[in-house]
Amino acid sequence: MKQIINLTINDKKYEVAVDANLTLLDLLRYQLGLTGAKKGCELGDCGACAVIMDGKPVNSCLVLAVQANGKNITTIEGVEDENGLHPLQKAFVEKGAIQCGFCTSGMILSGKTLLDKKPNPTETEIKSAISGNLCRCTGYQKIIEAVQSVSCEG
Amino acid sequence: MSNYDVINSNAPRVDTPAKAKGKAIFIDDMSMPDMLFGALLQSPIAHGKILNIDISAAKKLKGVKAVVTAKEAGLIPYGVSPARYDENVFCHDNVRYIGDEIAAVAAVDLETAIAAASLIKVDYQELPALLTIDDAMAEGAPVLHKKYPRNICAQVNQEFGNFEAGLKESDIIKTTTFKSKRQDAAFLEPQGCIANFDKLTENLTLYSSTQVPHYVQRILSMVLKLPIGKVRVIKPYLGAGFGIKAGTNTMEIVSCLLSMKTGKPVKMNYSREQVFMFGRARHQFVHTMTTGVKKDGTLMALKNECYLDGGAYTSFGIATVYYSGSLLGGPYKLPNMKYDGYRIYTNKPACGAQRGHGGVIARACWEQQLDMIAEELGMDPIELRLKNMMVTGDITCNDFNMSSLGMKECIEAVKDGSEWNKKKGKLPKGKGIGMACGFFVSGAGYPIYRSDTYHSTAVIKLTEDGGTALLYTASSEIGQGSDTTMAMIAAETLGIPLSDIRIESGDTDFGVDLGAYSSRQTLMTGHAVYDAAAHVKQQILEVLAEELNISADEIDIKKGIIIFKKSQPDFSKLRERYIKEHRGWTDNPSADDPLTFKEASRIAFLAKGIISANGKYKPHQLGGKFKGAAVGTSPAYGCSAQIVELTVDEQTGQITIDNMIDAHDCGFAINRVSVEGQMEGSLSMGLGEAMFEEVKFDSKGKIINADLAEYKIPTALDMPPVKAIIVESSEPNGPFGAKEVGEGAIMPTIPAILNAVYDAAGVRIFELPLTPERVYQAILDYKNKKAS
Repeated sequence: MKQIINLTINDKKYEVAVDANLTLLDLLRYQLGLTGAKKGCELGDCGACAVIMDGKPVNSCLVLAVQANGKNITTIEGVEDENGLHPLQKAFVEKGAIQCGFCTSGMILSGKTLLDKKPNPTETEIKSAISGNLCRCTGYQKIIEAVQSVSCEG
Repeated sequence: MSNYDVINSNAPRVDTPAKAKGKAIFIDDMSMPDMLFGALLQSPIAHGKILNIDISAAKKLKGVKAVVTAKEAGLIPYGVSPARYDENVFCHDNVRYIGDEIAAVAAVDLETAIAAASLIKVDYQELPALLTIDDAMAEGAPVLHKKYPRNICAQVNQEFGNFEAGLKESDIIKTTTFKSKRQDAAFLEPQGCIANFDKLTENLTLYSSTQVPHYVQRILSMVLKLPIGKVRVIKPYLGAGFGIKAGTNTMEIVSCLLSMKTGKPVKMNYSREQVFMFGRARHQFVHTMTTGVKKDGTLMALKNECYLDGGAYTSFGIATVYYSGSLLGGPYKLPNMKYDGYRIYTNKPACGAQRGHGGVIARACWEQQLDMIAEELGMDPIELRLKNMMVTGDITCNDFNMSSLGMKECIEAVKDGSEWNKKKGKLPKGKGIGMACGFFVSGAGYPIYRSDTYHSTAVIKLTEDGGTALLYTASSEIGQGSDTTMAMIAAETLGIPLSDIRIESGDTDFGVDLGAYSSRQTLMTGHAVYDAAAHVKQQILEVLAEELNISADEIDIKKGIIIFKKSQPDFSKLRERYIKEHRGWTDNPSADDPLTFKEASRIAFLAKGIISANGKYKPHQLGGKFKGAAVGTSPAYGCSAQIVELTVDEQTGQITIDNMIDAHDCGFAINRVSVEGQMEGSLSMGLGEAMFEEVKFDSKGKIINADLAEYKIPTALDMPPVKAIIVESSEPNGPFGAKEVGEGAIMPTIPAILNAVYDAAGVRIFELPLTPERVYQAILDYKNKKAS
C-alpha cells in the first residue's frame, strides 16, 4: 500500500505516492527524474547522494521517502538560479575541482551548506564539512580551494 | 609565456559545467521505455563443483522474462588478453570465488529479478578454498584451471645483462622482501550498463560504464557471435575507473544476452558489495629484491622475484606480472636486471589493472631499498638517485627508449620546494622526510589483442555554416579530462577558440580508440585529433588559396581569424558571398573586419561540400624482441619525484602525513589544471594504499570489508597540503610534446612515505598498509632489538 507524501523540492511542491521502503534517493532519481544525486554505495558511506533537507546535508540513501514528508529539500538541480551557476558551482568549474563528477553534487551541497552558515570557514572547517563526501579523483585539494575561493569573495 | 592560444592553459573543462549542475548523464541516470532489470546469481562458496542448477522456480515467478545460465550463454572463453581467455559468461563446471556468476534473470523490476535469482537452486560439491599463494601452490592442491598446474596462471623469467656478473662487481648487496595488500579502486560509480537488442534489425547497443568501448565491442561480438558491425558500445559519463573498468565485466555480456532473449532493453548495476566482489583492482604483491651497488653508488644489478595473488581469473594479470618486472628498467641506469614473476590463481575475485599497473609495489619495494643502500653508503638518497639517473635518449636494459626524461628537473624541483637540505636528517624526533622517484608508460606500445590496428582515430567535421568544428572520437572521458584535452588540441591545431569545438566521444560508431588505460589518451588520441585537425585546416587553406589566388602557405588561422602572412589580398568578394547567404543576420562582418574562420569554413563548404577529415595514430615499431617485450614498451615515458613529510607518534604508531610535494614531467601540459588534478589524485590514491587500504577476507574467502566504511580511502581530513609542480621536457613522440601524467604520479608516493617513516622513527616497514598497529609493533621491535 503506497503512502501519499507532500514535500518541497527545489522550491517546487510535490505530492507523490511512495512505497514504505522507498528511499528519498530512489524517489528523487527514479520517480522524479532528479538524477543529480548519485548512488554510490546505498549505505551512507560515500556522500554522493547528499541533498539538503531542512538546511542540513543528509545522505538521501539513508532517508526514507516517507521521512521526507513535509520537508524542504534542495538537490543539486536547485542550486543554480536564474542568474546561472551558483558561485560555488562556478568555483568548482574554474578551479578544476571536478574530475569524474560523481561526487560533485554531494560535494557542492555540503560546501554550500557550510558557506550558508559560515561564510568564511577555516580550512579545517571546510575539510570537516566535506569529510562525509568521498572523492577518489581529485585528492580534495582543488575542491578545498574552490570552497575557499568562494568564502574569500563572500 | 606560451606561444599557444588554447593549449598549455588553465582552460576550464568542457564537461564540468554539466557535472556541477548534476546534469551530466551517467549510466544509472539512463532509462528506456519498457526496460527490464537484470540480476545475477553469484556463488556463495569460494570453490566447488556445480552438480546441478535448477531454474524452474525462478522461471515461474511472476514478472520474470528470462533466466539464463551457461546453457544459454555458451562456453566461448573470453577475458582481457587472448593469451589468457579463461573466463566464461557463467560457470558451468566449477565456481572459483565467492561472487562467481552462475545465472542471471531479467524481470520487470529489480526486486523481482533479485527474488528470482535467489530462487535458482544450485547443488555444489564444495572443494578446498585456496585463499593464499602458499595454499594454491601446495603439493596436491586442487587446480583452478586445468591448463595451469600448481595454479601458476603466468610465469615470467627474464634476464637483461647478467645479474650474477653484476653482483660480483658490487661492493654492497642488499636483499629485502616487501608485501602489499589487495586493493579496491573505490571509484565512486558502481559499474552498470543497459543493453538494447533490436530483434528486427539484430543491432545491439550497449551503454556501459566502461573505460574501453572498443575492447568491450570486440568481446561482445566474439562471445555473443554477432557481427562486429552490429554491435555498438556507448559510454556515458563515467564515475571514474582507474583500470578496473578497462576490461569487459560479466554484466556487460549478460545484459546483452538477456536483451537478445527478451527483445527489450535490460539494465544491470553492481551494488557496492558486488563492485568489491568483481574485484579486478590491484593485486597483492610479494617482492623479494636483491640489489648490488659499487662503493661509489653505481647501481650494478637487480634481481626481482615477485609473487602475485591473482584471484580466480586472469583479467589483466598477464600484463601485470610482466609490468611488475619491466617497470624497474628505469629511470636509473641499471645494466643487469633479472626478473622472476609468478601470478598465482586463488579462490578470490580476480585482480587486474589499477593506476600504475603492476609497477606501484615493485617501485615501493625498490625505492625503499635504494634509501637503505644510500644510508649504508653514507650518501644522501637524492645524491644516489641523481648519480644513477638516466637522461633523455638513454635506453633501459629492457629496451625502453627514454625519448624525453626530465627526471633530474623533477628531483631538483621537489628538493628545492621542500627545503630538503635543511630538513633531511635534521627534523625533530618523530618528524621525518622521505623521497622517491618513478616513471610510467604514455600508452601501451601494443594493443591488448595482437593487431595492426590504429590505436586511435578521430574525425573532425565542420558544420556547414557557423564555423563550429565537431570532433568525434571513440576515446573515453572517464573523469581524467580527455574530452577537454582533445578539444583543446583540435582548437589549437585548427586555430579556433575552444568554445568553437564540440566533442562527442566514447562511442564505437565514432571510430577506433583503444580507450582509457595505460595513460595513453593524451599521447595517442591526441595525435589522431591533431592529424584530423591539421587535415581539416589544410582543406580550408586550400579553398581560400584557390579563391584568392594566393598560395596556401601564405595563409594561417589563429584565434578564429584568417591570417595572411604576406600582404592581405582583397577578400571582399568572399565576404559578399558570405553576407548574401546571411541576409537578415545582425552579426555579419563589416568591411574592415578581418576575414574569419566562420566565413572561410562556409566558403569551403560551398566549394567542396562537408569539410571533414579522418585522423589516425599508431606507434612506430617499439621495444625489444624478447618474450614479453611488449609490456612496458611505450612511445614515451612520464616521470616524477616526490617528497613527503610526516609525523610518527611513537606512543600509538599513528602516522600523520604533513606535506607532499610532487614534480611530474608530463612532456608538455595541454591543460595545466588537469595535469595538476591527475598528480593530486594520484598522490591521494597512493596515500590511501600506503596508510589504510586492504581488502580483507574471512577464512571462507568472503570479503569482510566490501563497503566504503570499512575499506578506508582517504577523506578530505586525511589529505595534507599537496604541492604539484609541472615539469615540461618536450617529448618528441607526443602531440605538442605531451606525454602521460595519469598513472606515473602514483609511483613514488608509497616509497616516499616509507622513507619518511624511517627518517621519523628509525624503522623500516616491509608490509602495507601502515596501520598504527603495524607501525607501533615495528617501533617496539626496533627498541627491543636496540636494548638487547
